[in-house]
Amino acid sequence: MTEGRLLRWLRPWVFPAVLVSAFEWYARRAAAMGSDALAPPTAAAKAFVGAAMDGSLWEATGFTLGTAALGLLLGAVLGLALGLVLGLSRRAAQLGSVSIEVLRPVPSVALIPLAMLGFGFGVRMEVAIVAFATFWPLLVLVQSAVQQIEPRLLEVSRVLGLSARERAFKIVLPAIVPRLFVALRLGVAVALVVAVTVEIAANPHGMGYAMMIAQQSFDPALMLAWLGWIGVVGFAVNAGMVRLQAFVARRMGVQP
Amino acid sequence: MNGRNDRFGLGWIGSIGVLIALIALWWLASNAGWVSRVFLPTPQATFASLLEGLNLSSGNDGNGELLAFTQATIGRMVEGWLLASLFGVLLGAAIGVSPSVRAWVQPTLEFIRPLPASALLPLAISIFGLNPGMVLFVVAFGAMWPVLLATVHGFAAVEPRLSEVARCLQMSRAAYIWKMGLPNAMPDILAGMRLALTIALIVAVVGEMIASQSGLGQAILLAARAFRASDLFAGIVLLGLIGFVSNALLAMAEKRLLRWQQP
Repeated sequence: MTEGRLLRWLRPWVFPAVLVSAFEWYARRAAAMGSDALAPPTAAAKAFVGAAMDGSLWEATGFTLGTAALGLLLGAVLGLALGLVLGLSRRAAQLGSVSIEVLRPVPSVALIPLAMLGFGFGVRMEVAIVAFATFWPLLVLVQSAVQQIEPRLLEVSRVLGLSARERAFKIVLPAIVPRLFVALRLGVAVALVVAVTVEIAANPHGMGYAMMIAQQSFDPALMLAWLGWIGVVGFAVNAGMVRLQAFVARRMGVQP
Repeated sequence: MNGRNDRFGLGWIGSIGVLIALIALWWLASNAGWVSRVFLPTPQATFASLLEGLNLSSGNDGNGELLAFTQATIGRMVEGWLLASLFGVLLGAAIGVSPSVRAWVQPTLEFIRPLPASALLPLAISIFGLNPGMVLFVVAFGAMWPVLLATVHGFAAVEPRLSEVARCLQMSRAAYIWKMGLPNAMPDILAGMRLALTIALIVAVVGEMIASQSGLGQAILLAARAFRASDLFAGIVLLGLIGFVSNALLAMAEKRLLRWQQP
């Protein structure tokens, strides 16, 4: 069976290896014909090591991840608070529905120029846009999670005469934890995508900007290195969130 | 609605009331100067900018460009989305129909999935240069992933008994895809297409901002740089409207196309 296991272990790597080799061949041929728009993956790997050695890689990665996390925190706290209110009160949900339906489809990137005007470049504008983008999915998912709480739990809280605050912290929040982590997983994915997008479009910091600058200074090897690194970071963060969510679900006794 | 239909009308009116209250708050905040008008124009100024941009105001000089920008952005979004849906379903069906292809290719797809679509813009710029085709390519490519992955998932989740029936009936592969795979994957595909439309709008706007292609994305960026806040808000309102209408249309189409699934 060792051969079967080896095959299963190797299998995910074959397709990317074929793609990378094809790209290597194509980029080398293009370079030989005098084009400097692309660089082979080997050159990208070299550029990557260079960026890792001089520290620019870690600084930009830290900026993007930190800003995305801050924005997610802000968006998640606001979304959680409003989601709890709308989930617990049918009337509030009805009253808020039109405003939410009108505001939610505004694409988050449309706010980039507005945030630029209001906050200038830097951490604050990016945090604001990430918070806006993550607020809506969190709000909707928390609201539906609260609405799906076992009604008997809420009846118990009423019988016990719990105050609204006690009800929220002792009954509702623990009951929605598994679903909250599903929502957070989605929020993390959105936050990362939006943070990189903001950096590519406007904000002169972070991984997105580093990639944009590499392209504008005709350094395709460095640009590809950033592209690959952004992919790796995104994959690692998302995989980590999937693990965390599964762990929480198991601890809370949810059947997968 | 749990027998609350009688109060539905009232709730709806109240809901509109909340929206009007929010707009009133905006009006108050901007008119009373709580927030600088450089960032927050008054609702009436925004409305005036909208009318002027759309050539609807009374003193119309015909110079409003918002309509053309809106058309350009919608065109880019819809074209990219259609291409994405087409190639997403085709590739997804090709990958999803065979378990062995799935086993070899799916890990790579899962790896690329979290990559932001806009991260491909610099790469596309260096390959294709700054032109409308480049933006369209990135829109289509970015929006393709949700459709592609949803199609693969839909094909992978075909009830095993259905596949056995297909084998017993000696269906050809094409017939299997057409009669079993696609109908089975339809809910997944439509959900993916809905997500794809959102992504298409976002990437189209970002692409217009970076590549200076005429459209709402470029318009709002230029408005912000020139501190024309009311024009900026008019653009944001239009973008929100595009998102709202396209989503609503697709939700309607989805309901209609999946009607056969309801018992």
